[in-house]
Amino acid sequence: MAAYTITPTFQRVLHAVKRATLHPRCWLLNFRAQYVTTHDWNEKTFDKILIANRGEIACRVIKTCKKMDIRTVAVHSDVDSSSVHVKMADEAVCVGPAPTSKSYLNMDAIMDAIRQTGAQAVHPGYGFLSENKEFARRLAAEGVTFIGPDTHAIQAMGDKIESKLIAKAARVNTIPGFDGVVKDAEEAVKIARELGYPVMIKASAGGGGKGMRIAWSDDETREGFRFSSQEAASSFGDDRLLIEKYIDNPRHIEIQVLADKHGNALWLNERECSIQRRNQKVVEEAPSTFLDPATRRAMGEQAVSLAKAVQYSSAGTVEFLVDSKKNFYFLEMNTRLQVEHPITECITGLDLVQQMIRIAKGYKLQHKQEDIPINGWAIESRVYAEDPYKSFGLPSIGRLSQYEEPVRLSGVRVDSGIQEGSDISIYYDPMISKLVAYGASRADALKKMEAALDNYVIRGVTHNIPLLREIIVHPRFVAGDISTNFLPEVYPDGFKGHPLSAGDRRELLAAAAALHIAAQLRSQRFLGEQRVSAAAQERRHWELCLELEKSVHMLAVSHSRGTYTVEVDGEKVEVSGEWNLASALLPLSINGSHKVLQCLTRSPAGDISLQYLGTTFKVRVLSVLAASLSKHMPEKLPEDTSSILRSPMPGTVVGVAVKPGDTVAVGQEICVIEAMKMQNSMTAAKTAKVKSVHCKTGETVGEGDLLVELE
Amino acid sequence: LSTVATAVIGSRLLHNSRWYSISHLSVQDRIEEKRRAALVGGGQKRIDAQHKRGKLTARERIDLLMDPESFVEYDMFVEHRCADFGMEADHNKYPGDSVVTGQGRINGRLAYVFSQDFTVFGGSLSGAHAQKICKIMDQAMMVGAPVIGLNDSGGARIQEGVESLAGYADIFLRNVMASGVVPQISLIMGPCAGGAVYSPALTDFTFMVKDTSYLFITGPDVVKSVTNEDVTQEELGGARTHTAVSGVAHRAFENDVDALLNLRNFFNFLPLSNKDPAPVTECHDPSDRLVPGLDTLVPFESTKAYDMLDIIHGIVDERDFFEIMPNYAKNIVVGFARMNGRTVGIVGNQPKVASGCLDINSSVKGARFVRFCDAFNIPIITFVDVPGFLPGTAQEYGGIIRHGAKLLFAFAEATVPKITVITRKAYGGAYDVMSSKHLRGDVNYAWPSAEVAVMGAKGAVQIIFRGKENQAEAEAEYVETFANPFPAAVRGFVDDIIQPSTTRKRICRDLEVLASKKQTNPWKKHANIPL
Repeated sequence: MAAYTITPTFQRVLHAVKRATLHPRCWLLNFRAQYVTTHDWNEKTFDKILIANRGEIACRVIKTCKKMDIRTVAVHSDVDSSSVHVKMADEAVCVGPAPTSKSYLNMDAIMDAIRQTGAQAVHPGYGFLSENKEFARRLAAEGVTFIGPDTHAIQAMGDKIESKLIAKAARVNTIPGFDGVVKDAEEAVKIARELGYPVMIKASAGGGGKGMRIAWSDDETREGFRFSSQEAASSFGDDRLLIEKYIDNPRHIEIQVLADKHGNALWLNERECSIQRRNQKVVEEAPSTFLDPATRRAMGEQAVSLAKAVQYSSAGTVEFLVDSKKNFYFLEMNTRLQVEHPITECITGLDLVQQMIRIAKGYKLQHKQEDIPINGWAIESRVYAEDPYKSFGLPSIGRLSQYEEPVRLSGVRVDSGIQEGSDISIYYDPMISKLVAYGASRADALKKMEAALDNYVIRGVTHNIPLLREIIVHPRFVAGDISTNFLPEVYPDGFKGHPLSAGDRRELLAAAAALHIAAQLRSQRFLGEQRVSAAAQERRHWELCLELEKSVHMLAVSHSRGTYTVEVDGEKVEVSGEWNLASALLPLSINGSHKVLQCLTRSPAGDISLQYLGTTFKVRVLSVLAASLSKHMPEKLPEDTSSILRSPMPGTVVGVAVKPGDTVAVGQEICVIEAMKMQNSMTAAKTAKVKSVHCKTGETVGEGDLLVELE
Repeated sequence: LSTVATAVIGSRLLHNSRWYSISHLSVQDRIEEKRRAALVGGGQKRIDAQHKRGKLTARERIDLLMDPESFVEYDMFVEHRCADFGMEADHNKYPGDSVVTGQGRINGRLAYVFSQDFTVFGGSLSGAHAQKICKIMDQAMMVGAPVIGLNDSGGARIQEGVESLAGYADIFLRNVMASGVVPQISLIMGPCAGGAVYSPALTDFTFMVKDTSYLFITGPDVVKSVTNEDVTQEELGGARTHTAVSGVAHRAFENDVDALLNLRNFFNFLPLSNKDPAPVTECHDPSDRLVPGLDTLVPFESTKAYDMLDIIHGIVDERDFFEIMPNYAKNIVVGFARMNGRTVGIVGNQPKVASGCLDINSSVKGARFVRFCDAFNIPIITFVDVPGFLPGTAQEYGGIIRHGAKLLFAFAEATVPKITVITRKAYGGAYDVMSSKHLRGDVNYAWPSAEVAVMGAKGAVQIIFRGKENQAEAEAEYVETFANPFPAAVRGFVDDIIQPSTTRKRICRDLEVLASKKQTNPWKKHANIPL
């Protein structure tokens, strides 16, 4: 089925085919976005692998293990006991309670699980213990293979200061900066002044954007130092920081490398990961629109030389910042499988997990550099349980009451570790899935991504599909004109959802009207009921009044044989399609063009929320009579929010800076909420006296919980 | 519709126009004039005042509630008969008096409605007003159709004295006679005070409008003079008080428009009378749909809570659940939904609140709901996760024995199809109460997480193994024996142990089978439920 994917043997065949036929690639790319696990049955690896991770990455590793006929052991915390990765694995061991420090980071328990199940190797996934040299050392001591690089490489690349020195020595371009640990805030200010603002303060042990702050002034340097060291301490148990020159408006492009234990190394092309929020990646693609073959090769070769310099084995990623003149600087090397590895798998056809397992067993690389193709284009959207309207995404939690992945679409791959009924809890990363679209060209991949996002059903938690859907259709993104500042530049006042054009508005209103009438018609149909007046059912025309984003529209609707003809603002819109009132997706034909909408809620009082072009819009649909009477209804005053501070997300209170009676100024920090390991400073919206404090340090708070009241 | 009526009368008169031409004109004019007067109630100024309060007029409310052009008005020409205190003067007479009555259609189905007109003498109840209401109630019972009251009345017509009181009593009597015969719904859309409150209290459902409706025996002024309590109207008898504290009202809505549109929706769940079956609407949600999320919903630790609404929403058609009393006695969830298009009543213990225990309020809430369903042929689906009755002096002194018995009584006497799903705990007497097999449950299921026992492990072990040294071991033994569905299943007290994800499919199938269920209780004048 997944025949387009390239195996070495197959590629040779492909070369022949290419010469013979005109469009071989189109034919090949019509299949699903998948990697190929060409397992050589004579190549014996392991009998049993333990996956020291959870969620989608655990599932991803298990999938390849199953293809390689390797038995799998899942570890899980008690709240994860019925999660997908546990069900997929052949065996499962509970390693502790929900907090990661007591379960997924609990080395003693995981070592016990290894002994108990007799696993011969451990795949650490990403995060958790994946770059923990102590873990790798303990595994080695018990003769268990760590599927990843050697302790030496983890240590060398895990420390940002050391890694920079090694990179310099390996003739890799590096960013100017201070090659040492910064002692305190004042020293940070001194170094910052020497380097010249802006500067970047980051955790020496860091990764994933945690414990990272950018400073443009002395004050910001001091504040950044404080935050970063706190975050670094809580995330990595290591509060050492370093400072370097901040490259303004750069692109984040990384090179996937693969190296074996015999000194061979390959680069598997780049991934463009510039679309980020708070230094965390949101949308990634491979290849990059920005790199020419020469730059690509230069970056690839430097990446490989760095890998060789640390005797790297396994899959790894060398991250670069690339400025507008295509100068690139080494950022860091991630000694693990990256979250965004699927897009590399799509364009190269390799199964990176399989390669990691082979390499860990000591086999040589199967490929040569010239075997590594760039076939088509792959884009990955990270679908998160978070509210994109708050700082491009603040974590949200909840139970997935309805969940359907768009896996039936061609060229779409979804890597997830959850299912309908799963809980997104405060304990773990709020990622729902990685949605990958793969096409012959970038335009094709983008079109598939659009369809995939529209067809993705996620109910019960707030998610970031509105933002993802807007990014991938934004003219700057489509043109490839992006940098790591893309989001703040494009949405300087924060993300506000899809801006409706007049045409969009008509389509949305027509769809809402059609939905409303369909519901009305059905509410008059009683089966087997003799006592129903027929008069109501004969109606074919309706006048409706719709309210959308505070503007009111009068619509005339008529219905015949499944087609609703809606007159909106003087224009006729025809809505038809195969849909019903129970289905989560509304595949509509609106004036002949195919659109997939989703109806999230529909109230008896005419309130309809529709997901249209990714964004959820609230439409109120009323009869003309109800609308005219509505004007008499009293307006309910919303709560004055300037004097109350509510938690914007679920999390833990890590500090309260005020007590009742204190006077606070606008912007002054009131308390700090930690959620998913991110510290968020909550500030006062006005200058006032503190009336009451409703939270304590260490307490867990939910979204919308009252924290502090001002007078 | 009034124009249609006029045309009919007009044509008949025209036929003999030569003979009656002069009187025809004057009668015709008088008819028209009266109609016009009736349509504006207390006059434009009072209508404006009503709007200013954020309230609709009696007629606007009916227009919104009923299907367009379906309302047939009765007694438009009725006037009050009071001759005291200057009330006999022409300017004090309003055609139709202070209430609009009639019948019409809601989504094509017949309903009788009265709508009190606050613009006429503050909607106060005169003898004539009461008589109009009684007339439609009598007819509603005769033809078998629900009665909807839209209440907006200052109270008794003081000028009429005892005649007004008699009017209330006439209505009360009909409320009682109609109880269990046709559904009766009250929507409180303004003040409703004094004796007047007992009519809504006697009906099946009382809904309120937030911020503009009040229900109380005596207003804040009297309260102040009698008990010296300072209380606002809203605190004493507003929507929040009655939906969350007193349990008098079943639900509250944002405003008049919202309330009336929701009432139309609610009406679709109800049968027209006790002789009609529960309605079945066209259903798009597949009856054999699996609900995979339910397989992981019940936590492994039996002390951990989950939301019963997740089960209910997952199982019913299109996640559409009309909850009754959502803010009162939240440890039990009751409400209406549909299964494969057919109306069902849902009762479920709510583990999220007070562990889902049964206490006085939740027992009464559940009992009244179950009796409504039984009276009107609505199948009852019960989801059980109950650790027992709530212990303590507050409950015992409050009469939990008496009130708990109401729920037991209601489930036991119900003869409609009864399907029960034990999702987790079914402990002690509460197990018996919650529509168990022993109370004539038709189909009783247990999920694999079910534990049917006299009590939880800890308490049981302290009794069974009193004095035994190794309590932990004893507890484990007890859990092994009882904390699973087998003891109930081997005795046939549950019909099957089912995979949670298949629950919807099974219930839909069972309801189809049970649609023809016939069961009768022994003849009696009426039963004696422990009130």
